[in-house]
Amino acid sequence: MTHRISTTFDFSLEHDAFGRLVLTMPDGAQHVGVHPVRGFPISDPRRGVAVCTVEGRELAWIDEMDQLSPAARGVLEAELAQREFLPIIKRIFRVSLQTNPCEWEVETDRGRTKFLLKSGDDVRRLENQRALVTDAHGIRYLIPDPESLDRHSRRILERYL
Amino acid sequence: MDFNPDSWKSLPEGWRRQLASQLDDGETLIGWFETDLDHGLHYVAGLVALTNRRLLADKPHVENSVFTNAASSNSEANGHSTAWQSWPLSSDLELRAADEAGIGTLELFNPTGRLAYWRHTAARTASARRLESQWSTLQARRSHAAVDASTGPTVCPSCGAIITASDGMCTACAPGPPPPPVSSLFRLVTFAKPRATMVVLGLVLTFAGTAASLVPLYLTMPLINNVLVPRFNGQPVSVQLAYWYLAGLFGSAILAWLLNWGRLYVTSWVSERIASDLRTQTYSHLQQLSLEFFGGKRTGDLMSRISNDTDRICVFLSVSLVDFISDTVMIVMAAAVLLYASPLLALCTLVTFPIIVWLVYGVRRRLRHGFDQSTVAAAHLNSVLADTIPGIRVVKAFAQEHREIERFDRADRHLVSINDRVNIVWSFFGPIIGFLTELGLLAVWIASVWMIFHDQINLGIIYLFTGALGRFYARLESMLRIVYSTQRAAASSHRIFEILDRVPTVPEPTKPVHPSRLEGRIELRGVRFKYGTREVLHGIDMQIEPGEMIGLVGPTGAGKSTLINLICRFFDVAEGEILVDGVDIRSYPVAEYRKHIGIVLQDPFLFYGTIAENIAYGRPDASQAEIVAAARAARAHEFILQLPDGYDSLVGERGQSLSGGERQRISIARALLINPRILILDEATSSVDTETEREIQIALDNLIRGRTTIAIAHRLSTLRKADRLVVVERGQIAEIGKHAQLLHDGGAYARLHKAQMELVQGVGI
Repeated sequence: MTHRISTTFDFSLEHDAFGRLVLTMPDGAQHVGVHPVRGFPISDPRRGVAVCTVEGRELAWIDEMDQLSPAARGVLEAELAQREFLPIIKRIFRVSLQTNPCEWEVETDRGRTKFLLKSGDDVRRLENQRALVTDAHGIRYLIPDPESLDRHSRRILERYL
Repeated sequence: MDFNPDSWKSLPEGWRRQLASQLDDGETLIGWFETDLDHGLHYVAGLVALTNRRLLADKPHVENSVFTNAASSNSEANGHSTAWQSWPLSSDLELRAADEAGIGTLELFNPTGRLAYWRHTAARTASARRLESQWSTLQARRSHAAVDASTGPTVCPSCGAIITASDGMCTACAPGPPPPPVSSLFRLVTFAKPRATMVVLGLVLTFAGTAASLVPLYLTMPLINNVLVPRFNGQPVSVQLAYWYLAGLFGSAILAWLLNWGRLYVTSWVSERIASDLRTQTYSHLQQLSLEFFGGKRTGDLMSRISNDTDRICVFLSVSLVDFISDTVMIVMAAAVLLYASPLLALCTLVTFPIIVWLVYGVRRRLRHGFDQSTVAAAHLNSVLADTIPGIRVVKAFAQEHREIERFDRADRHLVSINDRVNIVWSFFGPIIGFLTELGLLAVWIASVWMIFHDQINLGIIYLFTGALGRFYARLESMLRIVYSTQRAAASSHRIFEILDRVPTVPEPTKPVHPSRLEGRIELRGVRFKYGTREVLHGIDMQIEPGEMIGLVGPTGAGKSTLINLICRFFDVAEGEILVDGVDIRSYPVAEYRKHIGIVLQDPFLFYGTIAENIAYGRPDASQAEIVAAARAARAHEFILQLPDGYDSLVGERGQSLSGGERQRISIARALLINPRILILDEATSSVDTETEREIQIALDNLIRGRTTIAIAHRLSTLRKADRLVVVERGQIAEIGKHAQLLHDGGAYARLHKAQMELVQGVGI
């Protein structure tokens, strides 16, 4: 069963009564329960978004979010916001041990939290200096600009990067 | 080319006389071949010569049953009995050269059987083949048949010289011989040259610092003689004078401190950079070396060279060498002070000096030998790690952890035992030096006592002397410790230069032809290749049109992967040539040529990085849209989206977190992205589920479309799609043709196909 992949952006997206995302293709075909997937979630989140079925079949590919109508874009962004959880670390209060695994206590844009870091490999430097920390449960935390952190946080981070 | 007038000139002197006596009037020498083994495979030299009339040989092994057509003449020469035999040329005679596993055989046949044969080592194979081709050319001329130019010797495409070496390298183009083996440590100087100013600054600071630290010593002499002793004896002395001397002592201490601080900073700055240059140059040179070098080396060994050995050299430069220089300076200055103070005493101290020098010399060689062994043992240890850690899955699958631990222990014990030997030598040497210096000091005291009793010396001088002497011998001792680090660093730098001196065997052409857009017409002419002594391809001739898909089939070890390696120019042909778009591939610059070839291998290696980075490996500047398009065509896009980070997902060493089918498709995307004209496909033999198999099929279809493809095919579907199939058996082409035609012919292909069908059907049950 092949699905035509629409790249012409004249499809529509909306939420139905059950809160599921519905994609209506130009030819009228409707797919319920689709979900958006970012192709490059870390390096380029705004570009390259796919809309896939529950099984993972790609239905639509959006090169640039701006190419969508504002309504569709809004729906998509809202759905993505629901699915994505990437706290941004603003401060690192303390790290429980010098060796790994250790417990981190941090302040994020979503509040204060603690998490367990398994190994030094889970702190990863991305292009343009950003850092990504992955905890023992697979939750990721982003540090968009390590240089702008306060001194204490920076010293802790330097050990890992 | 076949009537080589240089034959006589190239023949060794010893043979010339013998051969001359054998030849008749009007007989010209065409070619010769010197064997180095007798038929019992002992090292004995012999000669086979081809003239325009006969084939002559001394010491042939002649088959007793066929002793016809041979005219023999016995002659004693050089104490060996030589029985020259000859066979007149006739069209029913055949000369054939063959070799395997390091031993070659040259055989002479007539229709009834073998007449004679000669054995030789692999070193003479090229000569044997040359004689064989000279023979066939001669026979062809005699029967007025057309001479097949394609079996002539290989000509170097760059300079036009004939390639005679059996490894396919042109000696005229190859760079000159390596530089003479100067101590590798001295060669480090080339790395120091770019930092010359800082090095000089460091040296100046060393001199100054050492001189500054000798000043206090020199000041104590007048302090004692002019202030303390007279005061002790009751003479009037101004305290001011004492203050001046004390101030001088303090001042020189401060100065020495500052200068040493500067020296230490400068020298460590320089040595860090020299080590960095060493590391980066070695690594970049390593990258340029051809595949043949890596086949012979273990990963851990190479890693050890670039990390451990450069590290040792860095430590040597920043610590030991600097200490050595400052020690030398100190010794020279101290010796000067001593000689100035009292020549007689100075001579007494140096009494033990010659013995020390002699000991140093003796120990140096033993240490060097020990360190050479030690670095090799450390590299071996590294190799064990580099081997087992990537293969940890296999270790655990077979529950062989204890065996790997034991393997590591063995390597470790070996290292310890070698280090023990080095330490034994050193532990003997070190204290001996101390003992000898004590003896030297004793000699000084004896002499001073004698001189005091004869009023030839005063206390101040004695104090100066013992002070300077103390420094002299302390520095001498530490300088001798240098021997330890020097030999260690010398062993390490030797290993570094081993890499830097290595020349890539797939050389860049001297007159490169730059490929623009290749069409993809491939031609193989008389291609031969051997791995070491084993000849794997025995003359392949093939022509592939642009856009054609060729399927290579054949049993394992037939030479299919070798053919692919040659077309990719991972190795160079030993004989014959490979032409792409009518130009010998050796005329293209290697990197440019390979950019036009896409390769999908059996076991796709993915680097540690994101999926996007892996797909774009051949073209790092590819845009996001291009990467996604390549992934789509490779049917990888959807499973990539399923991954938690999509295209930004990290794939670990060897892409561990992906299944085989997924890695295959990423590898196909990687090849698609560079949009090559020529595609090499080494199909994976592992079976995947039908769903994935179909996906891979579609991906491959997308990949192959419009490109000249050479595929080592295992899948029946690939075989059916191929425009032509080439059956390679035992290094030669057995059949070429279309699938249906070959099946109809019922030859080698039909057999293989039948076997495969049975296998597939068996699995289906």
